[in-house]
Amino acid sequence: MADLAVSDLVVGYGPVRALRGVSMRVPSGSIVAVLGANGAGKSTLLRAISGTLRFHRGSCQGSVTLGDQRLTGLDAATVVGRGVVQVPEGRRVFARMTVEDNLRAGGLGRPRREYAKAHDQVVELFPVLKERSRQRAGLLSGGEQQMLAIGRALMAGPTTLLLDEPTLGLAPLMAARITETIKEINSLGTSVLLVEQNVAMALSLASHAYVLEVGEVALQGTSAELRTSDEVRRRYLGIADAVEGALETRTLSRWS
Amino acid sequence: MTTFVELLVNGLSIGAVYALIALGFVIIFKATEVVNFAHASLLLAGGYLVARLWPLIGFWAALLAGILAAALVAAAIEFLVIRRANVASHSVLAIVTIGVDIVLTTELTRQIGTDVLAMGDPWGSQVMRFGGVTIAETRIVALVTAALLITAFLLAFKYTGWGVAMRAAAEDAETASLMGIRLGRVSMSAWAVAGALAAVAALFLCVFPTPGLDRSTSLVALKAFPAAILGGLDSTTGALVGGLIIGVTESMMSGYQNDMAFLGRGIGDVAPFLVMLVILLIRPAGLFGTKELARV
Repeated sequence: MADLAVSDLVVGYGPVRALRGVSMRVPSGSIVAVLGANGAGKSTLLRAISGTLRFHRGSCQGSVTLGDQRLTGLDAATVVGRGVVQVPEGRRVFARMTVEDNLRAGGLGRPRREYAKAHDQVVELFPVLKERSRQRAGLLSGGEQQMLAIGRALMAGPTTLLLDEPTLGLAPLMAARITETIKEINSLGTSVLLVEQNVAMALSLASHAYVLEVGEVALQGTSAELRTSDEVRRRYLGIADAVEGALETRTLSRWS
Repeated sequence: MTTFVELLVNGLSIGAVYALIALGFVIIFKATEVVNFAHASLLLAGGYLVARLWPLIGFWAALLAGILAAALVAAAIEFLVIRRANVASHSVLAIVTIGVDIVLTTELTRQIGTDVLAMGDPWGSQVMRFGGVTIAETRIVALVTAALLITAFLLAFKYTGWGVAMRAAAEDAETASLMGIRLGRVSMSAWAVAGALAAVAALFLCVFPTPGLDRSTSLVALKAFPAAILGGLDSTTGALVGGLIIGVTESMMSGYQNDMAFLGRGIGDVAPFLVMLVILLIRPAGLFGTKELARV
């Protein structure tokens, strides 16, 4: 087990800078959240860690390390082999393949015995995947697809799991279910880097959080600190102090 | 009636051989999204080696060597050309494969010269009779071999880890790589398998009743293009059905061309392309192709 560390990461897509000098750390065994609005660079951060920038014609400087191993510059499959596995945004299950084949695709690199063990764990975590194992993944509901996407990533045996907006577009009950699952996965020893727009949910899970704004870390701290920070309360949690007028405060803090 | 059955069986047999070629074409397209115009030259390379080697090492060893060589050449094209070409669009890669095809074909036709090379196969010109129907042994062997290879391929595609990796990479390459699938290996293995299938097809294109391998063999192989395209470029089922349609059409049109004298001689050679045009007018994505006009 090792800490995942990102330091001074600069990512550009052609002339566009998406990240400018981002540093953060995911201590082994913890849940760390990355918050931020659309376009803040959250998904770019995960691409840089997973080595999939080349699919988007992006390039990066700076470094990503796992313990004392450098992950920067490795291809995506090798990063997975090192134990850092991403559940991409929008689930991206292989819609034309069966649920079972999706799980297989996640665990292809592993020896038979480890594979069987991982498979048992995944269907225990998500019994619905066993019931639907012969169905095409495209026919699952959104929540089930998210479970499949997480299950598929777990098949690779991650020590660090990267989750990109896992509750996006899910019904509240299902989102709560996914949240519980993330907690459970973490309690089994997997570190989690959680990218979220749902700040309340993310702060309830994570021990530590970073707020990204236009490619830079604008704020960071423990979840407790961030939850009480005025900045986060106003801008992400939508809670304004009762004394001041909500709208007025918001405008003022923007321009001050 | 006997003529009809003979033509049908011959058509199915040659169609199965086209299907082998088309299948290779389709797997390359599925795995790398490249339309491989160099396929005919792979086929010629495999066939050429078999024809040159059998007098030295015997037919079966030569066949094996031809298959391996074609697979290696295909893998080398993937590794040296396709993978290195950092181009923006897959259509550019398709044109790159035309270049590869011209280079390979030119060299091979130079080697072949004006010769017609025998394949040294054990079936020769023997025929089998079923009632009044006479079928060449080579046609039966071709049909059975192609059917076995295609079945084996489809089973592997559906059930093995390699097949799962291929399908995952074809559906969403980025996500497949996020799951630890090595896209380079997937793509190279697709090219190698396609090359091997092409070499087997080369053998059956050049045995009886064809006199042997000559410089025009790669033109014959071109008929597998309409097979792949009318079936749908990204569908393995389409490749099979397309191959059979083309084979039977060609056989029937050639067999009955005297009854269709108004169409002129040689209609059998044109028919595959006519069928392709008609089918594409009705179903632009091919019979089994994904209705996907643009990939994002």
